[in-house]
Amino acid sequence: MIEKLRGLGAWGLQALLRLGRAHVLLLAMLRGFVDILRRPRLLVEQLFSVGVLTILIISVAGLFVGMVLGLQGYYILSRFGGETALGLMVAASLVRELGPVLTALLFAGRAGSALTAEIGLMKATEQLSGLEMMAVNPQYRVLAPRFLAGLISVPLLAAMFSVLGVAGGWMVGGGMLGVDQAAFWNGMQEGIDFEDDVINGVIKSLVFGLVCTWIAIFQGYDCVPTSEGVSRATTRTVVHSSLAVLGLDFVLTALMFGE
Amino acid sequence: MTENPKNAADDILVRIRGLRFLRGERAIFDGLDIDIPRGKVTAIMGPSGTGKTTLLKLIGGQLRPHAGSIEFDGQNVHALSTAELYELRMRMGMLFQSGALLTDMSVFDNVAFPLREHTRLSESMIRKLVLLKLEAVGLRGARDLMPAELSGGMARRVALARAIALDPMMIMYDEPFTGQDPISMGVLVQLIRRLNDAARISSVVVSHDVAETLRIADLVYVISDGKVVESGTPQQLAESGGEWTRQFIQGLPDGPVPFHYAAAALSDDLLGGAA
Amino acid sequence: MNKSRQIELWVGIFMAAGFVALFFLAMQVSNLGNAYSGDTFRVMARFDNVGGLKVKAPVTIAGVEVGRVQEIRYDADDFRAVVVLGIQDGYKDRIPEDTFAKILTAGLLGEQYIGLDPGGSLDYLGEGSEIGITQSALVLEEVIGQFIFGKGQEGAE
Repeated sequence: MIEKLRGLGAWGLQALLRLGRAHVLLLAMLRGFVDILRRPRLLVEQLFSVGVLTILIISVAGLFVGMVLGLQGYYILSRFGGETALGLMVAASLVRELGPVLTALLFAGRAGSALTAEIGLMKATEQLSGLEMMAVNPQYRVLAPRFLAGLISVPLLAAMFSVLGVAGGWMVGGGMLGVDQAAFWNGMQEGIDFEDDVINGVIKSLVFGLVCTWIAIFQGYDCVPTSEGVSRATTRTVVHSSLAVLGLDFVLTALMFGE
Repeated sequence: MTENPKNAADDILVRIRGLRFLRGERAIFDGLDIDIPRGKVTAIMGPSGTGKTTLLKLIGGQLRPHAGSIEFDGQNVHALSTAELYELRMRMGMLFQSGALLTDMSVFDNVAFPLREHTRLSESMIRKLVLLKLEAVGLRGARDLMPAELSGGMARRVALARAIALDPMMIMYDEPFTGQDPISMGVLVQLIRRLNDAARISSVVVSHDVAETLRIADLVYVISDGKVVESGTPQQLAESGGEWTRQFIQGLPDGPVPFHYAAAALSDDLLGGAA
Repeated sequence: MNKSRQIELWVGIFMAAGFVALFFLAMQVSNLGNAYSGDTFRVMARFDNVGGLKVKAPVTIAGVEVGRVQEIRYDADDFRAVVVLGIQDGYKDRIPEDTFAKILTAGLLGEQYIGLDPGGSLDYLGEGSEIGITQSALVLEEVIGQFIFGKGQEGAE
């Protein structure tokens, strides 16, 4: 019994230490933004590997989610004769919630795990150590550009997700199910408020992007430098990111959309 | 900056005094004293697990000692600010066991990396320097290959070219001979000696490969249990040598470093276990 | 260096696509495209019951949106709700003072909004004016109550 308590205490202490290290890393990366100004190439390369390569999965997912929303929404709304609200329903679901959240989850799975594996491997093959011995700070040169790239990419990807989702809903609603085009778009435009919905959605995706990229980079940087360690770190990235996104979504939604 | 004029003109490049370093509860180093002279090849030897790589990291300032001091070229390594430490590291080169090349760049870009980071030389100037460094290690023709396409030995040579890119005062070699075939080993041995003499770079070789190391070392330190057990030229070591040194150098399976890991008597284990 | 050129191109496309998506969301999906950027003048109206009226609900004349509800508050001295309407400046001094303000519902399940019926006065609404004649929102329970009461009255006779 005492052993269990001691174990718990030790675990708690380790968790606090990790939290501390994670924040120290965050500050170092923020400081590293200054260096990126002098070497924009680094950022461009990371935007490619983190952002551009995630476009495919985001686009396909967005389209399909929008289409499903169109279908399901139609079936439910038509019971009350409210088909004309389909546009608003699809757009509101996407812009406020599904766009930011699903994009972040997909990002964590695709780009986050890749980041963790890459950085973990650099640690295991002593590349990070090598950089330090060559008088180059790896946190500024390797980690900061990846962090900034994630921060920029996620909101843009979320916007793409939402747009494609609306398109998907429109295709299904207008094309397949015969919902009136004008009603679809007008209902949407009347109901979706730029400040309340679009801006809040962007803020959400910014927060999610920050958290997911931070977790991914930290797990890679802090992992045990063996193949098993890297693999466990990658798993942790996806799990922690997902939970964090869902938890933060609740908090942000309550703050933003509550009255 | 602790600039002691007497030390600057000194023969001793690195001065380690009373070094103590712990990992968890275990003392990796417990009162270590080492002098690394300029312009010579100094070997630090001992069995695996004695923390030889740790020592190099301590000299380079990547780790902090729990007690004791390390001076490089008259400056206390751990008393420096981050900026000064980075300045210092530009005068040291380090060759990691695996080479530690940046995998997303070609051989040429890897060697050019320190030049592009720390100097403002023009690209054409950098190109000439890189080609010269690669020529020194015999890999000028491999300049467009990617690290994944190199053999282990070639990767280390490229890493060596990179380590000398900024013409450092000292190069630290972390287990350079481990896992090499005889030819690559021969090549490396020759390179280390040549660089040391021709370019007057001081070399610190950390290894447990006795034969090769003794071939090129001018001065040898043997470490065990966190302290220096023996030191001297290879000649002196071969002739004198305590029991421990002899076991190490001759590769005897049993002696001061025991063959059997601590355990109960065999009869007890066999008879007691079955029940 | 062909490869780095390609990368730069793709990143450029990515950033552009992202911003286009954001722009699309702003203009086509949200109400930003419809929203006027002009200035408005404030007009007050008092109601016995505002029902489900919300801030930013539209204010219409003859079905055309001419402004939005800016503020809804309760006047403890008057025991009535005070609604502040923000009407586009283009209509300043164009709406008669004796205009009638009603709270209407858009469709069966729709949101509530304010409809203005212009009167015939030669004085017009300006900044800070108050609409005197108002009709409160229809509250379902009261209607049912009236119906039942009315039926009860009939029955008693």
